[in-house]
Amino acid sequence: MPPRKSSLETLSDWRSGPTIRNLLRAISRETEAINRPLRIMEVCGTHTMTLHRSGLKPLLKEAGVVMVSGPGCPVCITPDYYHEAVIDLVTSQKNIIATTFGDMTRVPTGRGSLQTTVPSPGSEIKIVYSPDEALELAGQHPEKEVMFFGAGFETTIPAIAFTAKKAAATGLKNFTLLAALWLIPPALEAILRSGEVDIDGFIYPGHVSVIIGQQAYSFVAEKYRLPGAIAGFEPADVLLGILSVVRQVRAGRPEVANEYRRAVRAEGNPGALALMAEMLEPYEAEWRGLGRIKNSGLRLKSEWQKLEAARRFNLRLQPGKSLKSGCRCGEVLKGLLEPVDCPLFARHCNPDHPQGPCMVSYEGACLIEYKYSSGEKKK
Amino acid sequence: MKLVSLEMGSGGRLMQDFIREKLLPVFKNRYLGLLHDSALLPAGLALTTDSYTVDPIFFPGGDIGTLCVNGTVNDLVVSAARPEYLSLALIIEEGLEMATLERILRSIKKTAVRTRVSIVTGDTKVVPRGQADKIYINTAGVGRLVGRPQPEKIKPGDKILVTGPVGEHGLAIMLARNNFRMTSRVRSDCAPLIFLLPLWKNGALWMRDITRGGLATVLSELADKISYPLLVEEERIPLSRTLRGAVEILGIDPLYLACEGRALLVVKESEANRALKFLRNSSSGRQTTVIGEVQDKTGRKGEALLRTSSGGLRLLEPLTSELLPRIC
Repeated sequence: MPPRKSSLETLSDWRSGPTIRNLLRAISRETEAINRPLRIMEVCGTHTMTLHRSGLKPLLKEAGVVMVSGPGCPVCITPDYYHEAVIDLVTSQKNIIATTFGDMTRVPTGRGSLQTTVPSPGSEIKIVYSPDEALELAGQHPEKEVMFFGAGFETTIPAIAFTAKKAAATGLKNFTLLAALWLIPPALEAILRSGEVDIDGFIYPGHVSVIIGQQAYSFVAEKYRLPGAIAGFEPADVLLGILSVVRQVRAGRPEVANEYRRAVRAEGNPGALALMAEMLEPYEAEWRGLGRIKNSGLRLKSEWQKLEAARRFNLRLQPGKSLKSGCRCGEVLKGLLEPVDCPLFARHCNPDHPQGPCMVSYEGACLIEYKYSSGEKKK
Repeated sequence: MKLVSLEMGSGGRLMQDFIREKLLPVFKNRYLGLLHDSALLPAGLALTTDSYTVDPIFFPGGDIGTLCVNGTVNDLVVSAARPEYLSLALIIEEGLEMATLERILRSIKKTAVRTRVSIVTGDTKVVPRGQADKIYINTAGVGRLVGRPQPEKIKPGDKILVTGPVGEHGLAIMLARNNFRMTSRVRSDCAPLIFLLPLWKNGALWMRDITRGGLATVLSELADKISYPLLVEEERIPLSRTLRGAVEILGIDPLYLACEGRALLVVKESEANRALKFLRNSSSGRQTTVIGEVQDKTGRKGEALLRTSSGGLRLLEPLTSELLPRIC
């Protein structure tokens, strides 16, 4: 019997040079037969990260595939006015603890970022690692109002919905949720409907697909006749996804392939979906760069309104006057502009002085490009 | 209103900018301008200082006492100086348990003996409760030069060595705070680097202790200083199994995790094998590895490049946003 591999050794198989070279060769053979370079959009910021961190992007270009980053970064697509509403709240009111994920605190807005904000006495802005941690804080500080400002896609939404449900069940009166929750399929449809983006297929996000399953994307193949594959996050995972898309292009048979079978089931995670449906309802949400999209956001259902931060604090969640100019995150998020082609990139916009959210988030296309790629344009 | 952010003290680029733009122009003199880990003074002396604010003050593998000696000693060693004298300044929060303070002092004593330095002067301040967090320590160190860093002599073919697995201090502190509710056997690598001193006469051209910002930040600083790009192999970078598992779960890049007892060295090509053998024979350098070299085939001047295990190339940028404040 062969020795049993530890999970770490298994993981390194998904990164190993020989595996990667074989996959790249297979992709190359397909693109040679198609006889033109293909453009594939990786929807998810974590895929963008994998491609850059492993140095695969230039190798893929040689193999005939240009990867285009999509809107899959929740920090990036959350409009400024959410941050500005939180900044207004903590600077104007006492005894508010505004909690959020780390990346969110650095997003620059017309009124600065959460990180540069000096809250009113007794108020503070606190980074948490999970929504549950925010709920715990509410339990520990009954004298304060604890708000969780949560941005996320289907990956994060179940955890936030679970925390909301727990908050309602425990009857804590000082916990609220400012939900910036976004759904991937409606955004993809908006991109396709606009017809602005020229792509040959999608790499669908792995973690989002764990929740929503394979069927959620079938409209892409059926209505728009575009190939796509769900992929995991190791280098070989992403290449398997790309190979599948390239083969679909060559065969002229678009489908929703699942190349992340060790995690994704066709039907998704019914428990998580049921929890989302119990607590949240879809509405027409506004995305940075993509604008208003029907049924693309989730908010607390009316029966849970007492947990709604916007209502409790009368927050104004509407576009105000944006002071930032020149930032083209919107076009980057739609795959219309490569980060290096933005006039601000590396000149006026870098990780220390970001001008827009794509240079802030660890899933932001601009930050990832800046951090990992060597190139003339940068220096 | 511009405010000081945590990132300004993170050891990353923002701190470099602060030093260059706000400190240097005010205090500029011939010693400070060199921005070494230590100032190289007349009469063959080196002087360095560091403040320690680590939270928690006790952590697996060390405490603020071992840290405040090793950290300062290591800054001298990588500046080619043999550490001799240390000062010790304590800033203590009112209400700290005396037994805790005594335990820290015992650690300091033990580490000073181990590194053969004498603590020759000091200061004690106590501030009202809440105005400091338990205890902060500043040490300054004086050492005698035994050689000279020569980054200007580094040329293609010279080897880049790391003295052991990286990232363990950063991870140990991160987990000791328990924000992630995850336990691990990982221990801080906090240790003195005095075993490196003989190499200053045996082929070492440059050394840096790998602290905040981790291996990636040190490599990119090195690339900035020399005339050729450098290339390291991801597969050769030593990482312990425990750490590998933990960073996978947490999604942290281990190349940006701090160490407190590891160094990066550039050794002349002709001396590299001997240096490697010497280090592997010393108890603290057993796991020394050649991770790459200075070269002129790939990349441009100023670039630190990583050949990933997948076979791609990736640029190593200095740390920009803080993984975690108060790790040392």
